[in-house]
Amino acid sequence: MAAEGKAIDALGQFTLNTALGPLGASVNFSQANMLMVVGGVLTLALLYFGMRPRAVVPGRLQALAEISYKFVHDMCVDQIGDEGKRYFPFVFTIFFFVLMGNLIGLFPFQFTYTSHIAVTGALAAMVVVVTTVVALKIHGLHFFAYFFPDGAPKALAPLIIPIEVISYLSRLVSLSVRLFANMVAGHVMLKVFASFIVMLGAAGVLGQIIAVGPVVLTVGLVGFELLVAFLQAYVFAILTCIYLHDAVHLH
Amino acid sequence: MEVAAAKALGAGIAVIALAGVGIGIGNIFASLVASIARNPSARDQVFGLGILGFALTEAVALFALLIAFLILFT
Repeated sequence: MAAEGKAIDALGQFTLNTALGPLGASVNFSQANMLMVVGGVLTLALLYFGMRPRAVVPGRLQALAEISYKFVHDMCVDQIGDEGKRYFPFVFTIFFFVLMGNLIGLFPFQFTYTSHIAVTGALAAMVVVVTTVVALKIHGLHFFAYFFPDGAPKALAPLIIPIEVISYLSRLVSLSVRLFANMVAGHVMLKVFASFIVMLGAAGVLGQIIAVGPVVLTVGLVGFELLVAFLQAYVFAILTCIYLHDAVHLH
Repeated sequence: MEVAAAKALGAGIAVIALAGVGIGIGNIFASLVASIARNPSARDQVFGLGILGFALTEAVALFALLIAFLILFT
């Protein structure tokens, strides 16, 4: 990008700043932390105000609250089985934390807290630790049979066990990097195409006519990002469910 | 070689991975269309699986794209 006079500052949107003035600065309270609180409060408000009418025929807000509850609940029961109801609060919390992070990031001038590997890495580490603890609690030491499938030839053990262990541990990397890369790549792409509009707009009448292309593309990309925001929260939650299924049933 | 030129080349090479992702996503949706055409009543169950596969495959594309962006912008 050095060829152009003004480089596109695509990664600047991911820098952390302190929020809430001098008070926030003194305790390093960044805008990411603030938006996490906002996301949590929004989720609680949706459930509280949505379910307050307790109408038989739900209004809009109540329908949204009921649909989101049922959506995650069905996902747990379908993937894990009847035991899935015990892990529903965990999956629901993760789903809404990720979803709120992705959706808040779509508003102009807002920060996407799921675009930091520290946040997604901590989430993925929590999922891996919880699934391992659940498996150890249910199956005890029999859990380690997970790394060697039944009926496999004993001679292949030196090959299979390292592969299974690596694939078990790589859940941590794939789960965190998937969400983080999706968010970063999407926002960088938006920024790059939005910068094209400004650059072409400054380049005279012909440039302004050509700039219609990036404008249309950016509008489409925002819609695509909305899909990705929901899809990544869904994928994160459903992979959590699949890992919990493995932990509860061992294969 | 100039650093700027090498960066542009490197970013271009990094997104070669998208060829595989294109094949993969095409495969997923081809199978999805074929299975829905064979058994339209299974649409609801199969569609979710297809979208899950799409998201998992798309993540690989984004890894490559991220590397390209890192080479270009840092």
